[in-house]
Amino acid sequence: MYAVRQWSVRHARGLNTFYRGLESVLVALDPLFRRIGYERLERPAARVEKMVKGLLFDCRMCGQCILSSTGMSCPMNCPKNLRNGPCGGVRANGHCEVRPEMKCVWVEAFAGSARIPGGMDALRTVQVAVDRRLQGRSSWLRVVRARVGAAP
Amino acid sequence: MRFEDEPVPGYPLPILPGHTSPGRFERVLRAGQFAVTTELDPPDSADPEDVYRRARVFDGYVDAINATDGSGANCHMSSMAVCALLTRMGYAPVMQISCRDKNRIAIQGDILGGAAMGVCNVLCLTGDGVQAGDHPQALPVFDLDCMTLLETARTLRDEHRFLSGRKITCAPRVLLGAAENPFAQPTEWRAQRLAKKVAAGAQFIQTQWCYDVPLLRTFMRQVEDLGLNGKVFILVGVGPLRSAKSAEWIRSHVPGVHIPDEVVKRMAGAADPAAEGRLLCIDLIQEIRTIKGVHGVHVMAFRQEHTVAEIIERSGVLNGRVPWYPGRDPQTNTSRMAS
Repeated sequence: MYAVRQWSVRHARGLNTFYRGLESVLVALDPLFRRIGYERLERPAARVEKMVKGLLFDCRMCGQCILSSTGMSCPMNCPKNLRNGPCGGVRANGHCEVRPEMKCVWVEAFAGSARIPGGMDALRTVQVAVDRRLQGRSSWLRVVRARVGAAP
Repeated sequence: MRFEDEPVPGYPLPILPGHTSPGRFERVLRAGQFAVTTELDPPDSADPEDVYRRARVFDGYVDAINATDGSGANCHMSSMAVCALLTRMGYAPVMQISCRDKNRIAIQGDILGGAAMGVCNVLCLTGDGVQAGDHPQALPVFDLDCMTLLETARTLRDEHRFLSGRKITCAPRVLLGAAENPFAQPTEWRAQRLAKKVAAGAQFIQTQWCYDVPLLRTFMRQVEDLGLNGKVFILVGVGPLRSAKSAEWIRSHVPGVHIPDEVVKRMAGAADPAAEGRLLCIDLIQEIRTIKGVHGVHVMAFRQEHTVAEIIERSGVLNGRVPWYPGRDPQTNTSRMAS
């Protein structure tokens, strides 16, 4: 929902802190996840993630979340799927060229990143091309597996 | 300025030390000359003569010609084909690649194919949304964005491999460019975005139309503060306005084009608006060329391409230099063909 999405950007700092905590908990649960099996967890995890992040960020389930690097403004909501900054068509009022009723997700990302410690540095990182195979999969589980060193 | 080995159609130039492409455009930039580029309006036709006729109007005034890739999301002859035709004659095209219509498989193939046909410059763009053009019902692709497109092209060129990791046997020797719009929101972030593009591989930048020099100065100062001077060649976009009415239309209908009120007022007060538009463009070029870090201008004279020669001539930016064009110096042609 658009209003909730804007709320999330305004509370980027708190949400980022919350996510850091969640990530640590999930990483600690890795032995349990292993016992159950990551593939078996994939569908329920993706369902929960879609519900939570869908509500907060209008998440598109790209499966490779970079919200912490974009001030809690989901770049996949950009009609051009831009993950590296705004295009040149942003309107004078900061709204989207393609969808004039929506504020540019990168104008939001800029505002949100300013609220997160180290957010502006994260904004400067060049993001790699999206892996379209991960669409619909859980980004959280992927992060956990990457952090504990297992093949993602 | 002349090089002793000016191009002969079909004969690639040697790559000079420190250069990434065999192209004339890179030579002009690295020689410290004030470069002039322009844009060819691609024809809605399959007749090659339509391309050549449109290129000839720039003869002797531009260092490179941009071949647009469905600009404004409108359908025209492809950028790739326009480039293939132009290189046959020896022109130096800038092949524009937009992420809107092609995925990474098609794009990488085009970069290889373009380079094989003599394209030495590639401009990596995100592209306009399909809603802006004449086929709003089309599927927008946007598999890559301009940043990952730059990285992809650089990987092909410098690491001699596709994104998949598969090796290529002969890398495309191309100068990589990108666009930037210092005049669009969020303006305070635009120089940072430029830095990101340079980090992703951009070696030259062509900007959106500039009608607001103070805003450009602020941007260029930020570019300098970020330590980008010397790392990227910046060509500022300029173009003649036709009338106050068209200026008003452009700024309210074309996203990302910023035209200040004073400019519209100046156009409205002119007895001959078209002539005033050209004069304004010349004034802008002369002011822009004095800004530190600016290496040239990119003249976008949409549907007024015939005015480019006059504008460049009167602006005096070429300093008597005659950029190469087919038939400029026939004697080198014969001698090099014979050798």
